Amino acid sequence: MTTDAAAVSITDLSKRFVRGDVLALDRIDLDVQPGEFVSLIGPSGCGKSTLLRIIGDLIRPSEGAVLVNGKSAHQARLDRDYGIVFQDAVLYDWRTVVKNIALPLELAGWDRKRRDTRVREMLELVELTGFEKHHPWQLSGGMQQRVSIARALSFSPPLLLMDEPFGALDEMTRERMNNELLRIWQETLSTVVFVTHSIAESVFLSTRVVVMSARPGRIAGIAEIDLPQPRSPETREDARFADHITQVRRLLRKGHALDAPEEDETPLYVAEEGL
Amino acid sequence: MSSAAVARPIVEPRSVGLLPALRNAGLSLLVLAVGCVLWEAYKWLGERLELTRPFPVNGRTMPHVYDMVGQLFEPSRRNGPLLIDVLLDAAAFTAKEAAAGFLLGAAVGFAIAVVLSESKLLQRGFLPYIVASQTIPILAIAPMVVIWVSPKLPESLAGWGAVAVISAYLTFFPVTINTLRGLQSADPRAVELMRSYAANRWRILWKLRIPASFPFLFTALKIAAPAAVVGAIIGELPSSIQDGLAGAILNFNQYYITSPESLWATNIIAAALGILFFVVVALAERLLVRRAPENVA
Repeated sequence: MTTDAAAVSITDLSKRFVRGDVLALDRIDLDVQPGEFVSLIGPSGCGKSTLLRIIGDLIRPSEGAVLVNGKSAHQARLDRDYGIVFQDAVLYDWRTVVKNIALPLELAGWDRKRRDTRVREMLELVELTGFEKHHPWQLSGGMQQRVSIARALSFSPPLLLMDEPFGALDEMTRERMNNELLRIWQETLSTVVFVTHSIAESVFLSTRVVVMSARPGRIAGIAEIDLPQPRSPETREDARFADHITQVRRLLRKGHALDAPEEDETPLYVAEEGL
Repeated sequence: MSSAAVARPIVEPRSVGLLPALRNAGLSLLVLAVGCVLWEAYKWLGERLELTRPFPVNGRTMPHVYDMVGQLFEPSRRNGPLLIDVLLDAAAFTAKEAAAGFLLGAAVGFAIAVVLSESKLLQRGFLPYIVASQTIPILAIAPMVVIWVSPKLPESLAGWGAVAVISAYLTFFPVTINTLRGLQSADPRAVELMRSYAANRWRILWKLRIPASFPFLFTALKIAAPAAVVGAIIGELPSSIQDGLAGAILNFNQYYITSPESLWATNIIAAALGILFFVVVALAERLLVRRAPENVA
């Protein structure tokens, strides 16, 4: 890994799904620098989850290139350069919390003692000490997602990919998880690419928000979020927070207008925010 | 995800204690007792009303429950051992065949499922024949199995080894079909997760697909365990094996007119053996499979 390589570098990337002949992503260019927290936001079907999976080499692009830490996405996956978190925690029912977190470490060939030490650190990081022997079904949704984050971070990947990780949680839990995620991001110095439906969440978390338009998925615009770090619950009351939300919303509307100018004023994205 | 707002652990006490187990056993015994009472009530009514349909009710068609059980503690023949001792010996012999057949069938069935799950081509090619294998009556292939298998077996397996193979033939099928389903039941995102850890297909199989298949596997094993007992009994018939339950069944069939209770008593022992096999598998499942309470069968 060269020190000056971008964490993620996407050039002229397109994805066409053969089934249904859908152009999911159209000529995407995006660089993510190490240490950044970048959100991908856009309407359903804009290909943001597809883009995340292409970065993770779980789907192949039709055209274009993705470099992760200066390597091909494929090589980066084999080198375990990223951890991934989905909307559902996707924990293994038959494993305890400890063994779920240790799964990637087992696969990476860590010995027992090293795994145990590492898992203990992870449990502290996500504040789940005391739940070692619990099985996933004995935990609340928020706790399950914390286990899932601990698992993704356990092998210290430089990159964290998150696909609407808090989408299934209620508003209060989601806000608490947002605060925890920022703390973890600052403690681990990792790079985060975060897919979300929520404008407020994207603004609160990110250093940059990439706004996408639907069918075909394109980058409609990028909002630099210059809210001070570290962020706190008070950040949400900052006047600039509201300004950035307006900025992202305008970009979303602009992206929407690219496809369907006649529906310009439909408050599609505003409605689900409830701000 | 409805419990997402709850920040404390929702710890369900697992019902593995002695008390719930006793309660369940008590419930089953109660059902058995009710069944016996209904049997006797129907017999009593049928005899008084002189029912002829669906069959005439008398001591031969429906012996008393207490006579069937009582027969177990009568001598099996004049000056011979008690019937229950004879039947328990026979059951032990059949159980040996059934256990060997069950283990063999489960292992082969599981292996077939793993191979088929890893190759869609093999699955499409072979699955119809695996299904077809179960449409062949076991009685039709049993003699061939005996001829093929018996000469090749070592002395210690002679005779009953072929029966175990016949029993395995009945066991493997539900195990293959259910395990195949179970191996393919893993959450697609869990597979993506494994790929994100650079796991190859064998690691995905070992760490994800096989553990995910366990609930399906045990469902199959619970079907297969009593089937293995039935398979062993049927396998004994054409093998001319007299030491097992099939020998007792054939024998008491001939004396049904004079002593129907003996055949009924034999059936009780055979059924008890099947239930014992089921219970052993169910206990193993409790020990080995950890899963969410809502998924527990």
